[in-house]
Amino acid sequence: MKKYRFLLVVALFILGVSVTSAQALTEINWWHAHGGRLGEKVSAIAGDFNKLQNKYRVVATYKGNYADTMTAGIAAFRSKNPPHILQVFEVGTATMMAAKGAIKPVYEVMGESGLPFDPNAYLPTVTSYYTTPEGKMLSMPFNSSTPILYFNKEAFKKAGLDPNKPPRTWPEVADYARKLVKVGYTGFSTAWISWIHLENFSAWHNVPFGTKANGFGGLDTEFVFNSPLHVKHIQQLADWQKEKIFIYGGRRNLGNAKFSSGEVAMYTESSAGYAGFKKTCKFDFGTSMLPYWPDAPGAPQNTIIGGASLWVMTGHTPDEYRGVATFFTYLSSPAVQADWHQFTGYLPITTDAYYLTKGQGVYEKKPGMETALKQMTLHKPTENSKGLRFGNFVQERSIIYGELEAIFAGKKTAQQGLDAAVKAGNKLLRKFEKANK
Amino acid sequence: MEKRVVFKHKFLPYLLVAPQIAITIVFFIWPASQAVYQSVLQEDPFGLSATFVGLANFVDIFTDEIYLHSIYVTAVFSLSVAVIAMSVSLLLAAMADRVIKGATAYKTLIIWPYAVAPAVAGVLWYFLFNPTVGIIALYMKVLGYEWNHSLNGGQAMSLVVIAAAWREISYNFLFFLAGLQAIPKPFIEAAAIDGASPLKRFWTITFPLLSPTAFFLIVMNIVYAFFDTFGVIHVITDGGPSNATNIMVYKVYHDGFLGLDLGGSAAQSVVLMIIVISLTVIQFRYIERKVNY
Repeated sequence: MKKYRFLLVVALFILGVSVTSAQALTEINWWHAHGGRLGEKVSAIAGDFNKLQNKYRVVATYKGNYADTMTAGIAAFRSKNPPHILQVFEVGTATMMAAKGAIKPVYEVMGESGLPFDPNAYLPTVTSYYTTPEGKMLSMPFNSSTPILYFNKEAFKKAGLDPNKPPRTWPEVADYARKLVKVGYTGFSTAWISWIHLENFSAWHNVPFGTKANGFGGLDTEFVFNSPLHVKHIQQLADWQKEKIFIYGGRRNLGNAKFSSGEVAMYTESSAGYAGFKKTCKFDFGTSMLPYWPDAPGAPQNTIIGGASLWVMTGHTPDEYRGVATFFTYLSSPAVQADWHQFTGYLPITTDAYYLTKGQGVYEKKPGMETALKQMTLHKPTENSKGLRFGNFVQERSIIYGELEAIFAGKKTAQQGLDAAVKAGNKLLRKFEKANK
Repeated sequence: MEKRVVFKHKFLPYLLVAPQIAITIVFFIWPASQAVYQSVLQEDPFGLSATFVGLANFVDIFTDEIYLHSIYVTAVFSLSVAVIAMSVSLLLAAMADRVIKGATAYKTLIIWPYAVAPAVAGVLWYFLFNPTVGIIALYMKVLGYEWNHSLNGGQAMSLVVIAAAWREISYNFLFFLAGLQAIPKPFIEAAAIDGASPLKRFWTITFPLLSPTAFFLIVMNIVYAFFDTFGVIHVITDGGPSNATNIMVYKVYHDGFLGLDLGGSAAQSVVLMIIVISLTVIQFRYIERKVNY
């Protein structure tokens, strides 16, 4: 009897295995960098997709911050076990693009799947960052944002300024800041200084950040962000820092507390910071487009994005790629996009999602949410405002941070600092060019 | 008759040391050899193409101003950490050695910070000194001293040194206290009878007898400052402002994991490896002789 029971167990086990494998869903692994509430939202998106159909199962896994996620994806590729979908931040774009054997371009994935795919449905300013010069989409934009100006309306009232008339240009910002300093505020500050005051500054003023269409045209690009306009702006910031109407808030968005605590009254930060400020600021604040220099002929052009996109990795079966394509189609649908946009404050990636949100009257209730979109779509992007594509950009950004800190500490002039950053940055660009030939 | 235990097993000893050898190979020898191998390659992050470049990565780092600056920063940082951590802990240990009432409570409290992970210690000090919300930064502002370690390199360096040393004081304290208690009391009593003041007794008797401990701690503290302080730097300054706190081990992480420059990062870690090997050699050659177990 005992023997039979054993056989029975074995038989049941085999049966069980074959039954599950017959029903097995094709698993799609998606590694992302969203923790906290955003992470829950990402899991919810994957969960909804899994409920909607019964062929594929998307497994969303949080892998730490952007850099951790990218490093994890690369390590997984090297050990021949990459995820299907990897979220990579915008500064990693050139690195991913250059890794021809590691990534499968999105246009290819979508084309092979036979699913309807219209690249024109996407917002050009968002997708242009992730497309080839010929207009082929390499990665699927996911969370994108752009820098805007936040201002403390109560502080404006105290200083006798009109809270419905935010400053439009940098000279106006300085005027406002001087008035705000008189009533006890520290004028203005900024997050992501390289991204906002050099990278976006270039696009917004329609001047190149690097040659070869900001690196879109080839790996032999060189930095040129030490032009007279760039130097003027950074030197002005340094002078304003001395005058105490501007204060450097630290790297990344470490300075956010300066705005939410009411220390500074004006602050440039990503549009994705909107939800956070809504939660932490105990005062009414408004948003407006980034200031510009009125004497610069190209300004204002349009700003560029930050954030991340989804890359498809090589080494998987056609069926799995079909699953990825199905998921991307779902992800791009207006309802999903509009919900993501409204929940997070990130930009929608399709025009339909934008109009859907507009139709729902969301922007009337939260006018700040539309500022970013208006600013991004102000004009048709030019060579200087499509985006940036530089290899080793993570390191270059930290060089820029270092030089800017030296400028603001008064150790270097803007010209010296930016020249040094360009020189060191170009060295890294050559290194990248050499490694990816 | 000589009694000698002879183990006849041929394989058992090897079997017994095998786990340790395996761990050493997997976690030390293998990664180290990988680092050496990668340091002579120029490779894209995905490992799709690798070119042998000889010592070009080493030439690169040693002609890179930021790297040379990083060596200087590391030297300043580790020496400051070692000096501060050791002098404060020696003072505390000398005092704790004389305390009779409630000695255990004092000792426990002083040892406590060692249980705090470097990253947590970093966060703690970061919040105290945060220019916007930090309480110490606020007091300094009241006193008229502008504290902004996100811009002032000197302040940033002092802050990471304090945060790193604070934790190491506990460790040093333990060793100094043990060292002090191992000093035979008659020496000190005899000197006291001869009329030597407490300070004199300390410098002429206690201090020389503590020197093996002190030497050991110098090496340990420098190794600590070189490698274990990554969390402190990462949390407080990110190596900034303007590379003022960019110590070598942080730069290895930054270039390798954020910058994805594997060759350059590997070359830097080889340099670090050489430094730690030489520190170990110094420790074994000079300290082993003087320390009695």
